Amino acid sequence: MPTLTVDGVEVEVEPGTTVLQACEQAGVEIPRFCYHERLSIAGNCRMCLVEVTPGPPKPAASCALPAGDGMEVRTNTEKVKQYREGVMEFLLINHPLDCPICDQGGECDLQDQSMAYGEGASRYNEKRRIVKEKYMGPLIRTIMTRCIHCTRCVRFADEIAGVPSLGAIGRGENMQITTYNEQAFASEMAGNVVDLCPVGALTSKPYTFKARPWELKNTETIDVHDALGSNVRIDSRGKAVMRALPRIHEEVNEEWISDKTRHAVDGLAKNRLDRPYIKKDGKLQEATWEEAFGAIAAILQGVDGSQIAGIVGDLADAESMYAMKLLISSLGGSVECRQDGSKMGAKHRAGYLFNSGVAGIDEADAILLVGSNPRHESPVLNARIRQRWLTRECPVANVGPDVDLSYKVQQLGDSAAVLENILDGNNDFADVLSKAEKPMIILGQGALNRDDSLAIIKLAHDICEKYGGSGDWNGFNVLHTAASRVAALDMGLVTDGGIDGILDGAEKGDIKVVYNLGADELDTARLEKAFVIYQGSHGDEGVRHADVILPGVAYTEKPGTYLNTEGRVQVAQRAIFGPGEAREDWTIFRALSEVLGKTLEFDNIAQLRSKMHADYPQFATVDAKPNEPWAEFGVAGNVSNDGFTHTITDFWGSNPIARSSETMDECRAAMNGDNQTEGATGTDG
Amino acid sequence: MSMNVKDTDSFEFTPENLEWTKTQFAKYPENRKESCVMPFLHRAQEQNNGWVSVPVMEYIADMLDMPYIRVHEVATFYSMYNLKPVGKHVIEVCTTTPCWLRGSDDVVRACQEELGIGFGETTEDGEYTLLEVECAGACVNAPVIAYKEEYYEDLSEDSTRAFIKEIKAGKTPAPGPQNGRFKSCPIGGPTTLKDRAPAGAEFGGGE
Repeated sequence: MPTLTVDGVEVEVEPGTTVLQACEQAGVEIPRFCYHERLSIAGNCRMCLVEVTPGPPKPAASCALPAGDGMEVRTNTEKVKQYREGVMEFLLINHPLDCPICDQGGECDLQDQSMAYGEGASRYNEKRRIVKEKYMGPLIRTIMTRCIHCTRCVRFADEIAGVPSLGAIGRGENMQITTYNEQAFASEMAGNVVDLCPVGALTSKPYTFKARPWELKNTETIDVHDALGSNVRIDSRGKAVMRALPRIHEEVNEEWISDKTRHAVDGLAKNRLDRPYIKKDGKLQEATWEEAFGAIAAILQGVDGSQIAGIVGDLADAESMYAMKLLISSLGGSVECRQDGSKMGAKHRAGYLFNSGVAGIDEADAILLVGSNPRHESPVLNARIRQRWLTRECPVANVGPDVDLSYKVQQLGDSAAVLENILDGNNDFADVLSKAEKPMIILGQGALNRDDSLAIIKLAHDICEKYGGSGDWNGFNVLHTAASRVAALDMGLVTDGGIDGILDGAEKGDIKVVYNLGADELDTARLEKAFVIYQGSHGDEGVRHADVILPGVAYTEKPGTYLNTEGRVQVAQRAIFGPGEAREDWTIFRALSEVLGKTLEFDNIAQLRSKMHADYPQFATVDAKPNEPWAEFGVAGNVSNDGFTHTITDFWGSNPIARSSETMDECRAAMNGDNQTEGATGTDG
Repeated sequence: MSMNVKDTDSFEFTPENLEWTKTQFAKYPENRKESCVMPFLHRAQEQNNGWVSVPVMEYIADMLDMPYIRVHEVATFYSMYNLKPVGKHVIEVCTTTPCWLRGSDDVVRACQEELGIGFGETTEDGEYTLLEVECAGACVNAPVIAYKEEYYEDLSEDSTRAFIKEIKAGKTPAPGPQNGRFKSCPIGGPTTLKDRAPAGAEFGGGE
């Protein structure tokens, strides 16, 4: 391993490390703009210049120079100071002095580094270049005169997003960053280029002129828009969520988040339920909490426990579901969490987790997707699969509809029967799987909500057993789409008849009372005959046939525990308080239980959690990927030849928050080709 | 030069050019066929009346399995790909330092006055396009104009006017130095090593 000295400090680094990384290991900060850990090396900003001996007597770009044995790197000499001042002066030649009106102001790499390494004054008196604004879609606002051509955004589009539509056209002083033909950057992760941009050239369009970074309260929390459990930071001011940014978690979202995670937050301020409602004379009317609870208590008298059903939505936290389960079961009813019609059983954890782990994708050497479109179900996870695929060490095959996943997959056919062939070895991909050391099979929800789903699960189970790879590698993976699902399955919130059993029962009159905790992706017209209590944050599908509405808070407004698709326990924090009379969901169940005379045995969230952890010990281990023992699951049977249907048909509107978001509407329109609705650029004409 | 790309008619290589593309594909491994992009763009420009349109770029990108933006980047990077329609006669004037020192400003003025257009412009009848180019690599005969794959060298204001008048008259002017000089030999014959001039050496333009 090469050993070198950085400013006299000796460091030993892995072969292949660059000088810049070696400096970081030695605790020396090197300024940079174009270099980014997760992107390829460009070496074009020149900010990271250092002195290196032995070598030619000239500055060396440390980001692109491999660390060699015996190198002496100097970063604190007068010469290096001059290099940096020189580079900074060049970078600032064409950069406008508009920091006071720039959204990047206060969190700008260029601003910070010119303070730290720049000379303070410019000697440039000639004309500056002005670059026209470019249209890049509804999420990215461009002020291209500020661009310093680091090409981070271009490399992100090529390498991470897999949507190579950004590029640098022209050359020299006329070089400009643009999308092809100024079309929208058609990625589900487009917003990340705003974070990557080290200057204010690409800023967030929905966040334009909304706030300054120093006015914001930062809350480190967990995202619920998909089942990945991306780590996010919610920035709020007063009672409003201003934006969501990614936090780094190497084993979950690295440092990316999807556009829905980032930009659906404007839906948190719209269509909110801020007070209880009771249906009187066929119309929903405002009510007090006492009246609402009274109406529920009245209806529950004379209803048998077996006639009560609970339905859990996709965004619920574990605490709410736990309180709901205790309350409904104390009344004799049962709770169902699979509102999408999934047949997934809750018996064996290994049978419904993403067992290989999200980070396991980095080691996989063959991936088989079944009924899943990860690009829509979890864009960040899809980008990780793409990263693995790019190494050419991991072929990816797909059983299901042929969709563009941003990488090339081997299309095996859109029929569950293909799985039988793979199991029998009558498929090319069976060879790939059998040679693989760490094969992964990823079942999407599209494979789990069919009549033959249990047989598909059994086939996937057997394929894993037959081609399972080596050691304790578990290649059976379920990619969930609901943030609540794994915790709900852990708590056994499943009923024999599934969601159809409840909907049929409500139509037939067997189910008299339905308690709906934020489930908005089902046909509530079928619940019309039952007495429906809807508890949730948004006025969406769920309230349409509700008889009582109890206002809950959204994920940014409550502390809560979420288990992601791997079964990783993550705890979210409250960023702001909910609107009006909306309350945290568990407190509503607690208050209602008292009215019903079935008082739940906790008075605060700490008590609730300690009780929950006693019942479900796995919830107490925060932020670790569980390793569940292999088990028998699935039911052998015939599979049909029907094609798969992906469950997320509308990525931009898959939950009530996203459906309330205007930004998501704009994204959907842009993706459907209604480009440039607002004109080509802001400076046309 | 505008970098905006606008849609125009569709484009396809002629059968002869398609046949020619095979010779280019043969130069590179299958997984490196993007390397053909520059010769393809050049050939397409010839076929497409001297300019590279959006359909040209997309056609070539599809041929080479490249994202459209990558071809667009190449086409905009090199100044010898014209990104908007040009006239039948493209006159390229070099204004880089050696040509400028030797009077390219006069040559430029002569061209602009004779044609009535500025750099990057095309006459209204679509006949003439005037372009400013970087070093043409013929500094020894500066100042230089490139026209129809030939160089017109050692220009003055008058010889430039004469050159353009000849084009306008439908003739093809004789390429090379326009001041009577032979190639890049000293005008008026050798000035040094006179005694060692090889027998029969030509110096052109001598007394």
